[in-house]
Amino acid sequence: MERQTPTRRQLLNAIGLIGGTSAVYAMMTTFGHAEETRFPGPPKLDGARKGASVIVLGAGLAGMLAAYELEKAGYKVTILEYQGRAGGRNWSLHGGDTYTELGGATQKVTFAKGNYLNPGPWRIPYHHRTLLHYCKAFGVELEPFIQFNHNGFVHNIDAFGGKPQRFKALAADFEGNVAELLSKSINQKTLDTQLTPEDLERLKEALRNWGMLDGDMRYTKNLRSSSHRGYDLAPGGGVPAAPRPSDLFPLDDVLKSGVWNQMALYMNDEMQTTMFQPKGGMDMIGKGFAKQVGHLVTYNAKVTKLMQDKSGVAVTYTDMKKGVTATANADFCVCTIPLTVLSQIQTNLPDKKQRAIRAVPYSNSVKIGLEMRRRFWEEDAHIYGGHSFTSQEISQISYPNSNFFGDGPAVLLGAYSSGPAAYRLAGMTPEERIEAALAQGSVFHPESYRKEFVSGASVAWSRVPWVMGCCARWNEDTRREHYQELVAVEDRTVLAGEHASYVGCWMEGSLLSSLDAITRLHQRALEA
Amino acid sequence: MKRSFLPALAFLAALAAPAFADDPGPGGERPPVPKGGHQIYVFYCQACHMADGKGAAGAAVFPSLASNPRMGTAVYAINLIEKGRGGMPWFSDQLTPAQVAELVNYLRTNMGNNYPEPVTAEQVLPFSKPPLRER
Repeated sequence: MERQTPTRRQLLNAIGLIGGTSAVYAMMTTFGHAEETRFPGPPKLDGARKGASVIVLGAGLAGMLAAYELEKAGYKVTILEYQGRAGGRNWSLHGGDTYTELGGATQKVTFAKGNYLNPGPWRIPYHHRTLLHYCKAFGVELEPFIQFNHNGFVHNIDAFGGKPQRFKALAADFEGNVAELLSKSINQKTLDTQLTPEDLERLKEALRNWGMLDGDMRYTKNLRSSSHRGYDLAPGGGVPAAPRPSDLFPLDDVLKSGVWNQMALYMNDEMQTTMFQPKGGMDMIGKGFAKQVGHLVTYNAKVTKLMQDKSGVAVTYTDMKKGVTATANADFCVCTIPLTVLSQIQTNLPDKKQRAIRAVPYSNSVKIGLEMRRRFWEEDAHIYGGHSFTSQEISQISYPNSNFFGDGPAVLLGAYSSGPAAYRLAGMTPEERIEAALAQGSVFHPESYRKEFVSGASVAWSRVPWVMGCCARWNEDTRREHYQELVAVEDRTVLAGEHASYVGCWMEGSLLSSLDAITRLHQRALEA
Repeated sequence: MKRSFLPALAFLAALAAPAFADDPGPGGERPPVPKGGHQIYVFYCQACHMADGKGAAGAAVFPSLASNPRMGTAVYAINLIEKGRGGMPWFSDQLTPAQVAELVNYLRTNMGNNYPEPVTAEQVLPFSKPPLRER
C-alpha cells in the first residue's frame, strides 16, 4: 500500500504532541517557519469604550503608528508635535529645504531635483517586518539598498601606506591566508583530537575551496585566487582573451587593514542583505504615515508639562507659532518624546519612572551629503551602491542606490560617523564639516572628489533641536535596573519609541515598541 | 598622529556592542587625538555645549558651562564627564583620566570660570569605571 508523505504541518503537529511546544519551535526553526521578527501582525484592539480619548505626544513613527491603530480601534486621538512636520527622525533633506541646527547655523540645501540626504534612518533589513508591513499598507514604494558591494574600498591609515584597497581583494587574501594556516595545523595534527579523519578530510576540502588554495594547500598568485580577489587582466574574448592573475597583498598589510571588521559587519543579522530603502527618500515613510494620521496632529506644540490623575491626563504645551500656552486633556497618553527631552519636562510620574527616564543617555552621529556633478564612482571606479570604509573621522562613504548610470548630479553620503569622530564633526560649523568630508573622502577618489563637488549638507544629531541626540544608549546595567520600569504602563500613560525597545536606533524598534505599548494601554483602558 | 589608547578602546567597544543599532560599524577608529584641555573641549564638548560654552536650547536645554558656579566643585564636573547624566552619555570609555583632568582644569579656568586649583588624573581615577557592555 502506498503511504502518504505527511505534510510539514502534520509532522509539526505530531512532534508537538510528543515533545510539546518547544520541540515544535525547534523544528519550525529548522524548517524556516519561525520568523526572526517579533511582529505579530497588526494589533487587534477590540471593545474600546465609546468616547475614550488618547493624546499622543510626538508625530514620529512610534506616535503616528499608535495614533493610527488607536483611532482604528475607536479611540478619539490627538497628536502634539514639536516640529512643523511629521516623521521625527524619519527625515530627508531635499533641494530647497532649509535646516537650522542648535547654535543657529542654517543650511540651505541646494541639491538637484530628486537628490536627497537621509540624515537618520537610511536602510531597512528584510526582517524588519513591522516596518515593511506598514510600508506596504500605506503605499510606500521600496527599492533595494545595496548593502554589500565587494568592489567598495577599505582604507586604513595604518595599512598599505594609506592607500585604499578593494574589499574583495582584502577579504579574499584574509580568507586565503586563514585557510592556508588552518590547513597547516591539520597537517601538524593539532586538530586530530577534536575531529575524525573523515571530518579532517572534509575540512581540508572546505579550506581548499573556500580559501581558493592550490593543489599543495597554498594560497598563491594564480587564477584561483584571482577569481575571488580580482584579476590583473580580466578574462576577455577572442585573441587576447586569456586572463592574467593579480599579485597577492602582504599578509601583514591585510591584517593591518582590519578588513575582518567589514566582513563581520556584513554578517551581522541586521546588516545582511536584502536591505531596502524608500524610493525618493526615507521621509516617504513618514509621509505615508502622515497621510493616515496627519489630520490628528497639532504642529509646533512644545510640551512643557505632563500630569495625570484618576480622572485623566493633562498635557500643557506652548504653541510656538502663536506663542500661547494651552492644556490638552485626554483619558490616556502615549508619550513618544525622546528621553533627552522628556527628562527635562515636568511630570508627576512616580520617582522610579522619572529615574528610568533620566538614566538613558543618547548616542551621537553625523551624516554629510555631498552632491557631485557626475557619478565618477560608477563611471571610473565601477562601484554601484554600497560602502567604502575608512579609519578617518568620516568612517565611511556610501554610494547612491538608485538611478544607476544616470547623467547629472548625484548625492553620495560623504560621512557617517559616531563616537569620538562624530563629536568632533558635530562641533564644527557646517562649512568645516563639508571641508573635512571632502579632504578625507578624497582618499577614495582623488582625481574627482573635489573637482566634481557641487554642494553639501550635514546633520549632527547632537545639534538637532527637536531630539538633541541620536538614539538611546542602553547598557547591561540600565537594562536591568530601568528598562521594565521605563516601558511599564503607569496609570494612564505609556512610553513608546526606539528607546523603549531592544531594537534600538532602528525604525522597527520604535514600531514594535508602539504596538506593544498601545496593546497594553488598551488592556488598561478596558480595565478602567 | 600618535597611536593612543583610543583604537584599543574602539576595539573593545566593537566587541561589546555587536551592532544593536544602525550605527556606522567599522571605520572612524582613528580620529585625531586632542592635545590639551582646549582641544579636548573642541573635539568632544562643543558639539552640544557650543564653542562659547553657553549651551543651547531646543526642545530641551544643553546647560551652559560658562560662568557656572558648579565648576567650583571639581568633583561635580569629573563625575558628570565620567558617568553622564540624563541625555549626556558617559565619557569614561572615550577619554583617559589624564584627559578628563585636563578638560576639567580647562573648564574651571576658562569661559568665565576662575577656579585655578588643578585636578590630577589620580583624582579622576576613582570615578572612572570599565567600559559598559551596551545592548
